[in-house]
Amino acid sequence: MKDLIKEAISKERMVDLFSSCRDVVFNEDSPTITSIREKAIASFSRIGFPTIKMEEWKNTDLKDSFSRVYNYYMQPQSNIDFQKIFRCNIPHLDTAILGLLNGWYVSKDVPLMELGNGIIMGSLSEARKKYPHLVEKHYGKYADDSKTGLTALNTAFAKDGIFIYVPDNVGSPKPVQMINVIQSDQNLFLQSRNLILLGKNSRLSLVHCDDSYNHQSSFSNIVTEIHLAENAFLDHYKLQNLNNSSTLISSVYFHLESSADVESHYLSLNGGVLRNNINLVFNGPHGNANIYGLYLMDRKQHIDNHVFIDHMYPDCSSSELFKGIMDENASGVFNGHVLVRRDAQKTNAYQSNKNILLTDTTKVNSKPFLEIYADDVKCGHGSTTGQLDPESMFYLRQRAISEESARMLLMFAFADQVVGKIAIPQLRYRIEDMVKKRLQGELQICEQCVLHCNTPEHPVEFNIDMSKI
Amino acid sequence: MLLSINNLHASINGKEILKGIELKVNKGEIHAIMGPNGTGKSTLASVIAGRDVFEITAGDIFYKGKNLQKLSVEERAREGIFLGFQYPVEIPGVSMTNFMRTAVNELRKYKGLDPLSGAEFIRMMEEKKKLVEITSDLTNRSVNEGFSGGEKKKNEIYQMAMLDPTLAILDETDSGLDIDALRIVANGVNKLRTKENAFLVITHYQRLLDYIIPDFVHILFDGRIVKSGGKELAIEIEEKGYDWIKNGKEA
Repeated sequence: MKDLIKEAISKERMVDLFSSCRDVVFNEDSPTITSIREKAIASFSRIGFPTIKMEEWKNTDLKDSFSRVYNYYMQPQSNIDFQKIFRCNIPHLDTAILGLLNGWYVSKDVPLMELGNGIIMGSLSEARKKYPHLVEKHYGKYADDSKTGLTALNTAFAKDGIFIYVPDNVGSPKPVQMINVIQSDQNLFLQSRNLILLGKNSRLSLVHCDDSYNHQSSFSNIVTEIHLAENAFLDHYKLQNLNNSSTLISSVYFHLESSADVESHYLSLNGGVLRNNINLVFNGPHGNANIYGLYLMDRKQHIDNHVFIDHMYPDCSSSELFKGIMDENASGVFNGHVLVRRDAQKTNAYQSNKNILLTDTTKVNSKPFLEIYADDVKCGHGSTTGQLDPESMFYLRQRAISEESARMLLMFAFADQVVGKIAIPQLRYRIEDMVKKRLQGELQICEQCVLHCNTPEHPVEFNIDMSKI
Repeated sequence: MLLSINNLHASINGKEILKGIELKVNKGEIHAIMGPNGTGKSTLASVIAGRDVFEITAGDIFYKGKNLQKLSVEERAREGIFLGFQYPVEIPGVSMTNFMRTAVNELRKYKGLDPLSGAEFIRMMEEKKKLVEITSDLTNRSVNEGFSGGEKKKNEIYQMAMLDPTLAILDETDSGLDIDALRIVANGVNKLRTKENAFLVITHYQRLLDYIIPDFVHILFDGRIVKSGGKELAIEIEEKGYDWIKNGKEA
């Protein structure tokens, strides 16, 4: 069985690989999934990989990422006990944990858990077999393969990932944590796929972590489709703490039926190249979405948040608040596009992007963009990029606080306007602590990732370490 | 002598604001600096505190015998210089508690003292709040964020009490205050006053000086101190306005 490629990834190579996998690797697929794959590979072969010549990618160059050689496995390498790889150390954070190792679902014995309240969660590959109707009703419906090459490539190849289903009128009693770990002694290319379905009036808190545990290069092309039926509520967290030679393209597609409500938090603490495609469609009236982002980048790291919100129906509200602190030679992109269609009257939409540039060698391209065809709407956007406020610096220093500590206090405060929105207290303390360590340059990937740190059990006091002053 | 300012010239963006200030302050004294708007009162306060947007073009400032120009903003603060701001800055996301705890502990470190424990610090906060008669809960809020004008000024006095400065400069702390807030601010100064410290009270009106009795009053006009006297000078200003100073100067 051909289950491995090992060379630089190119469009031609991927299309060839798909042909040679068609009958062996994808032979368990249902006719529906097969047809979705075929359409997707055709789209990919038309669009190809992103290049800076494409408008949506002009400020994020993946050339270096593509120039590396990756191993691409079409099967899991071995069935490892996920519990042995990590224990989540966020104190008192009681979550149901779903783990992906190098893109493959890892379980002890049960690939798909079915809880008493009707919640189903586990491996997407298993869900495709066991609940084909449930999966196929939604799979591939929200991710747009016709426009985005990488999404099409994922749809063509993806075999596994996380599946979560919360039935109508059920609230998940505890948060679900999806942990996407990359740990390998090889460079890896991986494409997992997640499908999350929330029934009518259901509720879910979902913590989605991307972590790497070593310094090998990786290229992750991950697609997540999230469907919220009427009046469903999702509290969503995306934590990104990857090594500096990792490339992560995370594309999340939210599809909200009427009165559905999403709070989404993108917390990007580390990574080589991070691209978040955040797509959200209001497919019914009275929906609400608040999307928050915080990114702390240094060295040559690159972050790109692309948010597209499609107001198709009236009476929906969306807001975006993305804040970044950029140090050394880091670069960033914020591209927020809100589309208010003709019938989407009484839309409220607001976008804000704020950046602090700590050196003159950092760069942020910020482009909030409203495209409005309805006439009775409230929309606004704002973008600021600059240094720490000199008035505030003077005020703090006049109170005997050192310049360095004053900078720390102001940066922490700047970040806290996003971190403070985290609704799970244990997670918020944890992230406050990580942000503090990150700003002080103490957060080392691998040793102190989201899972393995020494952890505060109480709210973080911003108590400056005097030995560092 | 605590503070000695000699022939001080300072400018911002090439425009000269201070044009030869002479001022001597001893421990235990309260000096009031009065004058019309735009004559350099706030600039003088900022320059003593070390605000770097102003350039000292001539003269010098000695404080406790040290040339202040050689000290950073925070070093001056640690040496006991406190500036009560005319417009205190709002800093969203920084809580008063963390702000003051960081400030107090950095000051203690400078003096060679151990940092205060959480409990000791809270006790100190309560004590000082009582001393300056602040009843509202400022401490769990972000620094000055959403504070009323009066709360901001009371907060400056509270911070002054926490940091226990040797030289406190109050830059128009009385502006925009109602009579109750004014009394609280003045009482704060009177309670904190000792033989070992000094106050430089900058004010546009004589009103504050009904509550804080100055030892000396200086009139600042066009970047220079044009007249100095005792507290009766403030009363004269109140009666005659500033015009006689201006006219007198021109004459």
